[in-house]
Amino acid sequence: MMAGRKSVPVKSVVVSLRPVTTNMRAWKFGDDIDTDAIIPGRFLTINNPDELAKHAFEGTRDEFAKNVKEGDVVVGGRNFGCGSSREHAPLALMGAGVKVVVARSFARIFFRNSINVGVLPVVCPEADTIADGAKVTLKIREGYLEAGGKKYGIEPVPEFMQGIIDAGGLVEYAKNLKEVPVCTK
Amino acid sequence: MAPLDGAMIHDITGPLAIQKFYEMGGSRVFDPGRVIMLFDHQIPADSIEAATNHVYMRKFAAEQDILNYDINEGVCHQVTVEKGRAAPGEIVVGADSHTCMYGAVGAFATGIGSTDMGFALKFGALYFRVPETIRAEVTGKFQKRVGPKDLILSIAADIGADGATYKAIQFTGKTISKMDMAGRMTLCNMAIEMGAKAGIVAPDTVTWEYMKGRRKMKPFELESDPDATFAETRSYSVSSLEPQVAVPHNVDTGVPVSTVAGTHVDQVFIGSCTNGRFEDLAVAAEVLGKKKFSRKVRVIIIPASRDEYLKTLKAGLIEKFVKAGALVEAPCCGPCMGGAFGLLAPGEVSLSTSNRNFRGRQGSTDGKVYLCSPATAAASAMKGEITDPREV
Repeated sequence: MMAGRKSVPVKSVVVSLRPVTTNMRAWKFGDDIDTDAIIPGRFLTINNPDELAKHAFEGTRDEFAKNVKEGDVVVGGRNFGCGSSREHAPLALMGAGVKVVVARSFARIFFRNSINVGVLPVVCPEADTIADGAKVTLKIREGYLEAGGKKYGIEPVPEFMQGIIDAGGLVEYAKNLKEVPVCTK
Repeated sequence: MAPLDGAMIHDITGPLAIQKFYEMGGSRVFDPGRVIMLFDHQIPADSIEAATNHVYMRKFAAEQDILNYDINEGVCHQVTVEKGRAAPGEIVVGADSHTCMYGAVGAFATGIGSTDMGFALKFGALYFRVPETIRAEVTGKFQKRVGPKDLILSIAADIGADGATYKAIQFTGKTISKMDMAGRMTLCNMAIEMGAKAGIVAPDTVTWEYMKGRRKMKPFELESDPDATFAETRSYSVSSLEPQVAVPHNVDTGVPVSTVAGTHVDQVFIGSCTNGRFEDLAVAAEVLGKKKFSRKVRVIIIPASRDEYLKTLKAGLIEKFVKAGALVEAPCCGPCMGGAFGLLAPGEVSLSTSNRNFRGRQGSTDGKVYLCSPATAAASAMKGEITDPREV
């Protein structure tokens, strides 16, 4: 099972967190999509997003890795990305060309990891009603998205995290920092 | 940003964290003495890729003067606490979601991803939103063969898989005051299964007794402020609590064992950071008595650390388990995360004392994982089906 896989170091990936956001195909998933479902534990020796992408949702939805296209969007219900802290989960999506995940709510670690690596998590209270295969257009500045011809409200990200998004992820944010302001206990 | 007292990396999330550290322009980690490194998920290396990752991390440890416990000590969370690398009042991060376990010794500890860890290694600080706290007040005395795992499975069922997202859960009440450190670790370990950022027990005499010989520090008071506000308080009584089993494929599905008793199991795993301590294995041994495990079941027992292994060995329990038909492995994560060994084939059923029963967690997505206590696992391993430990 492990044979033939290359362990390739991750190249510096700089992704714009303000991606092209029109007519993205929605890949619809349900509630409590855990990071084991996004990328199973047996693939965690891989650190390269392109290689990880080949196993995204393996065993959960095999057609995803085969048919996903650059710019597609993953849509989930409640608690998307729960479970393990594996950053391989947003990296696998990124490798698959997914730059936006829309969900009713996100698990905390996945939410941070996504922003840090350059996949935009979008909280959309009505994400449940977006249909699989719907065309999605994201209007971040206007505070909504369109899916299947209908408008959906989206929530803004916390202000501090917006700074990381604007920088293009935590690596870019941190690159030129010599030190950080630290609060006292 | 909050200053960090400790940062833990292991063989799965560590390589990526190190790469991110370098990509951020890191050259020296903030304080080598505060970085904890060890390998536990894929040990001894189960593939050339895993071995390559281990080599990469060893090199980093040597360059940075970080003490690397390597493959020798056991599961990261158990080892971190055991070696005194998390202590009351400290802020500790780990590149693993179950880092919240260190709340058992009164630390604020939370799991983070690899990029966050790269940042933490470089700056010794990290951005956080201060979490609100859910107070879980626990009273009553456990029935025989019912314990902390049953309690946390019932709390998870009550709060739900995302009921504590971005919050901390503080475990308090008379039952917690009387609970040993092993039990407190089981509770705090599973805070993440409700989405929580941290689980915590305020340090008390049990905590300070545990810290003796692990960390030189004088006991101090650390309590919630008298005027502290809580997001909510939930009360639990354990006196009539039955053994609990979380059914596939979510952790917040705990039901009394009687509901699923008789379910056939192919594999039983007793171990993990949740339930691989001596106290857990002693409970399993007590249930086993002089009997044997069913030959229809693969029984895998893994102490959580070298120390726990030695305690179990000295008490004669390893011999007892082996003679009863179990496979006893050296300390590591084992089948819990479905990476290294002990994977399920399609259609197989696992009963596990670990913390997650997600679809595919332990192998095939057509397999099923049930979660339970060490007592229920031992009883079920004896009968070959899910069994109430009070009935064997």
